[in-house]
Amino acid sequence: MIRSPYISDAPSVSTIMLKVLIALVPAIAVYVWVFGGGILVTLTLATITALGTEALMLKLRQRPIQPFLTDYSAVITAWLLALAIPPLTPWWLIVVGTAFAIIIAKQLYGGLGYNPFNPAMVGYAVLLISFPVLMTKWPAALQLAHTPLSFADQFHYIIFGKLPEGVLLDAVTSATPLDYLKTQLKLDHAMATIQSAPLFGTLGGKGSEYITIAYLLGGLYLWQQKIISWHLPVAFLGVLTAIASLFWMSDSAHFASPLLHLFSGASMLGAFFILTDPVSGPTTPRGKLYFAGGVAIITYLIRVYGGYPDGIAFAVIFMNICVPLIDAHTQPRVFGHEK
Amino acid sequence: MNALVNFGKIFKFNGGVHPPENKAQSTQRPIGQLTLPERLVLPLRQHVGNIPKVAVSVGDHVLKGQLLAEAEGMVSAAIHAPTSGTITAIADAVIPHPSGLPDHCITLAPDGQDTWIAHLPIDWRNTDRKALVASLRLSGIVGLGGATFPTQVKLRADGKSVVHTLVINAAECEPYITCDDMLMRERATDIVQGIAIAQHLLGATKVLIGIEDNKPEAIRAMQQAVTGTSMEVVVVPTLYPSGDARRLVHLLLGQEIPYNKRSTEVGIQVFNVATVLALHRYFNHGEPAISRIVSMTGNVAHPQNFEVLFGTPLAHLIHAAGGVKANTTHFIMGGPMMGFNLPDTNIPITKAANCIIAATPDLFAPPPPAMPCIRCVRCADACPVSLQPQELYWFAKSDNFEKARDYKLFDCIECGACSYVCPSDIPLVQYYRYAKSEIIAADKAKEAADLARERNEARIARIEREKLERAQKHAERAQGAKTEPKQETATPASTSAGADDAKKAAIAAAIERAKQQKLQNAQATDTDTSEQTKPAADDAKKAAIAAAIERAKAQKAAAQQAGETPKNVDSVSTKVQQKIAEIDARRQTVGPAPEPVAKVQGPPPVADDAKQAAIAAAIARAKAQKAAAEAAKSESPMKSDVDNQLKSQPKKD
Ligand code: SF4
Ligand code: SF4
Repeated sequence: MIRSPYISDAPSVSTIMLKVLIALVPAIAVYVWVFGGGILVTLTLATITALGTEALMLKLRQRPIQPFLTDYSAVITAWLLALAIPPLTPWWLIVVGTAFAIIIAKQLYGGLGYNPFNPAMVGYAVLLISFPVLMTKWPAALQLAHTPLSFADQFHYIIFGKLPEGVLLDAVTSATPLDYLKTQLKLDHAMATIQSAPLFGTLGGKGSEYITIAYLLGGLYLWQQKIISWHLPVAFLGVLTAIASLFWMSDSAHFASPLLHLFSGASMLGAFFILTDPVSGPTTPRGKLYFAGGVAIITYLIRVYGGYPDGIAFAVIFMNICVPLIDAHTQPRVFGHEK
Repeated sequence: MNALVNFGKIFKFNGGVHPPENKAQSTQRPIGQLTLPERLVLPLRQHVGNIPKVAVSVGDHVLKGQLLAEAEGMVSAAIHAPTSGTITAIADAVIPHPSGLPDHCITLAPDGQDTWIAHLPIDWRNTDRKALVASLRLSGIVGLGGATFPTQVKLRADGKSVVHTLVINAAECEPYITCDDMLMRERATDIVQGIAIAQHLLGATKVLIGIEDNKPEAIRAMQQAVTGTSMEVVVVPTLYPSGDARRLVHLLLGQEIPYNKRSTEVGIQVFNVATVLALHRYFNHGEPAISRIVSMTGNVAHPQNFEVLFGTPLAHLIHAAGGVKANTTHFIMGGPMMGFNLPDTNIPITKAANCIIAATPDLFAPPPPAMPCIRCVRCADACPVSLQPQELYWFAKSDNFEKARDYKLFDCIECGACSYVCPSDIPLVQYYRYAKSEIIAADKAKEAADLARERNEARIARIEREKLERAQKHAERAQGAKTEPKQETATPASTSAGADDAKKAAIAAAIERAKQQKLQNAQATDTDTSEQTKPAADDAKKAAIAAAIERAKAQKAAAQQAGETPKNVDSVSTKVQQKIAEIDARRQTVGPAPEPVAKVQGPPPVADDAKQAAIAAAIARAKAQKAAAEAAKSESPMKSDVDNQLKSQPKKD
């Protein structure tokens, strides 16, 4: 029997996943700088929940636990979810979301490699639908807060649900730029006025724009490491820019600039870390372009016309459904065959 | 994704990988010569095609270069004595084949004299090309790049295509293997002479020699050797599998050979560099193929290339390379990407053996347990055929073979590039081999079932026919008793479809049948007596076609006699003809009771007889075709039951 090839040169699944985690580290650091250390608490809770539920499910499904826990894929799901939801939320929110993502969206479908939907986005969507109020309460960037919360304060709030004496939650949270944008545009305010609000920085939201830049850099690292191909991020950001430009140029008073779309919300996180989930995404180069283009269009439509300030999670889940179709219709030409 | 990136003069193909080359080890020393081993074991099956016919008996004394087994059929290769000595056995022995199964071998005990037969060089420049190619049947030369396809078949003009470009495959892209590299360094002039012969035989106007850029010395030697000729050395980037013929043609010419065509159909022929050297030895020196260069490398004391007589036991070669070092666990024939494990060191070196690697767990670590596919498509990025290995894997794993076929499983060249880059360490190629053999087996089973059904139907038809014949004879006898004896020779103008007409038809059919048989016999004897180059398989097919034509004629004649509209069977395929015949047979056997007299609309039973003859002929034809196909297939060491073993392999996930 032929067993060749006898040699291989591939990073292990663990290495690949680990590099994704590494690529997120700069953004997390900036996050801490902008919003305080609360995110570290959420990240830790998410990680523990993910590993715990993964181990539990593997045991129930009678699969080997060790190799699948050390593939780090559960940790990626946990981190992406933690980074996507507001950092100043009661502890159970992230725990419920992560558990749902791992148990329902990943393990019940067969675990690593078999989940048709991006688990982190499923977790996010479930939380957004179930706890809409909590999910829109973002802490103000530290520079903007009247009474910045210390790490201890944030920790205390997350775990025990208590803010320091005399501080109201509304005083330390504010709408996200996209959220604010949406309400203000509904009130028929012009873009220029809206963007002059202290909430906005040069590119996107004040403070949060730095985080998006860190995502961008992390994404470039992944591309340089050949963990992700250019197709998904380029198509997503490209189509988002194109469609936002189109609307903006037609009516710049009532539509946000493409720059704002690129550097607000989950655009960068989505482009480099969420769309690029290989398991639930398309496989063909052309399919990747269609997939990412679809996500961009749906995201834009939800942002501008939908009921939620950001729409990447729903857009990704919707496009996940289309993946088999996209793959089937974008098969590359095989050597020696006509198209 | 398959845009032709013009890289200087090189046209890149999709994907490819660059494993550590490990070629330096075996290129430190020149090509070495071996002492004569105690015995040489020559497997009859060293090539793709029919097993050659043994031409010697045990006890015969043979000279070096003497024919031991002659090519049989169209695709086959002769075997010659690598040295002088005595034939000591013609029996089964272990051969270097992935199956590890023994096969028929001729064993030769050298007499130590190494006495050559008379060398008969051929003045190829002044000899008819056809005759040259025909003479190659006696050369025993096969593709020495590992494909082992008989060279004479590749040089034979098929009458349809004109070869304008000859590509010499000197890429040698697999790690460890350096036999072609060393050959070019040391014998470039001879190689160029061999290329000239191949070029002459093909009538090619253009010659491109493709060499990977990791062989600078070979490139220099070849460039020097081709000066003054129209041949051109083209340096291609080192990228596995650039040595795959279709990939190399693409690299050099930017042309994709369509998946369903041979390269000659687009005017290109590809030869390995060692093969053309063998042509040179044969034509210019009168030496048949009796040896080759083998890289003996890996965990041996002195990795080196050797000129090895076919049949030399591996142990002898290992010994020449200074023996194995500690930790050697097994030996691999071929490279680490497409090679296979050898059962032991008794196996003989054959025409396919380009490289033997002494393996250790350090060199070739056993793969870790496979993880699930994460759809990272590294495999697709690496696939030189632009397949989607992850999809093929999915379909193969779920036994969804139809889908696998749809996704072009059979275009997979089993190069292993996909497995090489898979982060989940999935043995992808093994799944493809498994799926391929399953599909082939299923196709074969279906064929067999069809044949069985046909046979059964024919049997039932025959029984019915015999019954009818008996009844008819009975009726005739009864009628003959009543009427004049002269009745038998009624005028042909008789329009009534009476017993006479029926009989006439029967006679005509019988004559046709007899003709048919004679023809087949003639064809058969033809193959035996006429010049050897007449391919048997070809003849079988021709006979089958002739039979089909005769059959159709018989059918038409019978139908006409029976007053039936002749079916336009000439224009339909033989398969459909067969179907028609079958249906007719069925219709007639269930037809009304045989009443030879006054039966007009219902075809007379004799027509039935003719049809039966037609069916019988069709079956015979199908059998002949199948036998021919099987003969061709079973010779291929690539497929077959061996791979079926994979089925029992637990599917890891
Ligand atoms: S390289 Fe392996 S894990 Fe990646 S898509 Fe291909 S088969 Fe799946
Ligand atoms: S083994 Fe087949 S599928 Fe894999 S890379 Fe080679 S040709 Fe492509």
